[in-house]
Amino acid sequence: MVEYKGILICGELADGKLASITTELLGCGRKLANDLKEDLSCLLASDVVGEASKEAIAFGADKVYTAEDSSLKQYQPDCYMQVLEQLIKESSPRVILIGQTFMGRDLASRLAFRLESGVVTDCLDLSIDPETKLLLQTRPVYGGNAQATFTCEIPPQVVTVRAKAMSPIERDDSKKGEVIPIKVEIDMSKVRTKIIETVQEEVTGIKLEDAPVIVCGGRGMGSPEPFNTILKELADMLHGAVGASRPPADNGWVPEALHIGLTGKIVAPDIYIAVAVSGASQHMSGCSGSKNMIAINKDPEANIFKQANFGVVGRYEDILPAFIKKLKDLLAG
Amino acid sequence: MPGVNMIVCCKQVPDPEAPPSAFKVDTAANKMVTTPDVKPVISPYDENALEAALRIKEKEGGKITVLSLGDKLIRDVIKKSLAVGGDELVLLEDEAFVGGDSWSTAYALAMAIKKIGEYDIIFCGRQSSDWDAGQVGLGIAEILGIPSITVGRKIEVTNGKAKIEQVIAGGYQTVEVTLPTLITITSELGDLRYAALKGIMAAAKKQPTIWKPSDIGLEPSQVGIPGRHSKLVQLFQPVKEVKCEIIEGESLAEAGENLAVRLREAKLL
Repeated sequence: MVEYKGILICGELADGKLASITTELLGCGRKLANDLKEDLSCLLASDVVGEASKEAIAFGADKVYTAEDSSLKQYQPDCYMQVLEQLIKESSPRVILIGQTFMGRDLASRLAFRLESGVVTDCLDLSIDPETKLLLQTRPVYGGNAQATFTCEIPPQVVTVRAKAMSPIERDDSKKGEVIPIKVEIDMSKVRTKIIETVQEEVTGIKLEDAPVIVCGGRGMGSPEPFNTILKELADMLHGAVGASRPPADNGWVPEALHIGLTGKIVAPDIYIAVAVSGASQHMSGCSGSKNMIAINKDPEANIFKQANFGVVGRYEDILPAFIKKLKDLLAG
Repeated sequence: MPGVNMIVCCKQVPDPEAPPSAFKVDTAANKMVTTPDVKPVISPYDENALEAALRIKEKEGGKITVLSLGDKLIRDVIKKSLAVGGDELVLLEDEAFVGGDSWSTAYALAMAIKKIGEYDIIFCGRQSSDWDAGQVGLGIAEILGIPSITVGRKIEVTNGKAKIEQVIAGGYQTVEVTLPTLITITSELGDLRYAALKGIMAAAKKQPTIWKPSDIGLEPSQVGIPGRHSKLVQLFQPVKEVKCEIIEGESLAEAGENLAVRLREAKLL
């Protein structure tokens, strides 16, 4: 009988470095591994992993498995699954942590169903039950209207973690760890999908996830135009970025890359200005980590006012121009 | 058979557009309870998935079988899938199915799909709007041993292959796969069309096929609560108390100015 031990993180790279979600997973994985008194390992798969393996150690990993192959440059499920299945067979981790990203959403359930174990996606909180050593996994459900805590007794437990839900530990480059290259032999005959084209629809200016200030427009904006005029003017003035709730993205008023919410970007800026956003739970799931929220909405009963720190009730067309002008004067003075 | 043979999985859920105050957790029963005014609907992403199938049927011809799982499913809700152009409706309907998780649900749906037999494409929504887990589609594909592609927003079918545009971080990618396959669909594909009166009349006359667990070869231990791989320990609603300071003025423009002054005072901007 196999003994399942340790935490394995399935990491991601961005421009040759550890993706921020991976440093967050390492932070949370480190704590879980300490509680269990077991090892924390991290898999990094790409065409070239390079210095990122040292980064993973500096952020908390005891062991880093590197898998380098040209077929791993981009996430492709049938290639990544082969690497993971092999590694899991050899290392039998108790828990596998993956980011709730495009890759994680796609990979985690495949893996759990292939292993016939259990998976809990989009977790906000993870802890070890001291008695059973089972992982307590808490995630939002019903579009963010409630939360649920799950356990699973069939190892290995596969988990995805929401971006910005966990904090990385402080980077320590003096920390020692082991880098273990995996011998990768991808059987291309088992790769059933082919990526024909990848298109990055780059949005100019500051990235939403990194912006300290976000000006978000909702369904009540009524058309694409104000996203490029008045909301952009305010965002530019505050060195922030423009975002949107789901209806503007679904209506094609803004690119999907601006969509903030349960199935879009997860953001946690210092200031979140919600304009004509009703505050549906699905949207709030994407921005509830904001430190300060300001709402402008014509409906005094809108849910957004239940979460905002400051609010003005009225049509944004009547409020925003005067707000921007006054703010400009105040900031200049 | 000419055209594309499709199966669309649709879940009945409480309307996710209902206000947050309509959702209350019954802590004793560990269950979500919605106020009586919340109507059941087909989960929105499943509606997008149905629309994806209808577009393919329009272009390439074929057949759409809609598959749903639950207990006491509301006929008016689920029959919308027939009214908009679905051809057949199969319901896995039994109280034994209640209380399952992604594992038991995907397993039952996969067994039903095996019984249906022939298919080119299985469509699912990217996630249901109640549990939001996004696992069942991928699970069905793993159990059936077929490839799956997630978060599709545009599908083209030619010569036994499908080309899928899938949404990725910051853009999209086009992926090609040989049929049969499973595809999960996201809202960017577009809303489900409205049913025409003729469709509604025709749907009213159609009777769904109803299968119990034993009809698809499932033992009681494999469905509902006994069939789960994960255990729901606790369902709860975190209390979040934020007091919103409403800024007013003689006019809305003045309220806007006052907001600017107040935010400067609070040293937020």
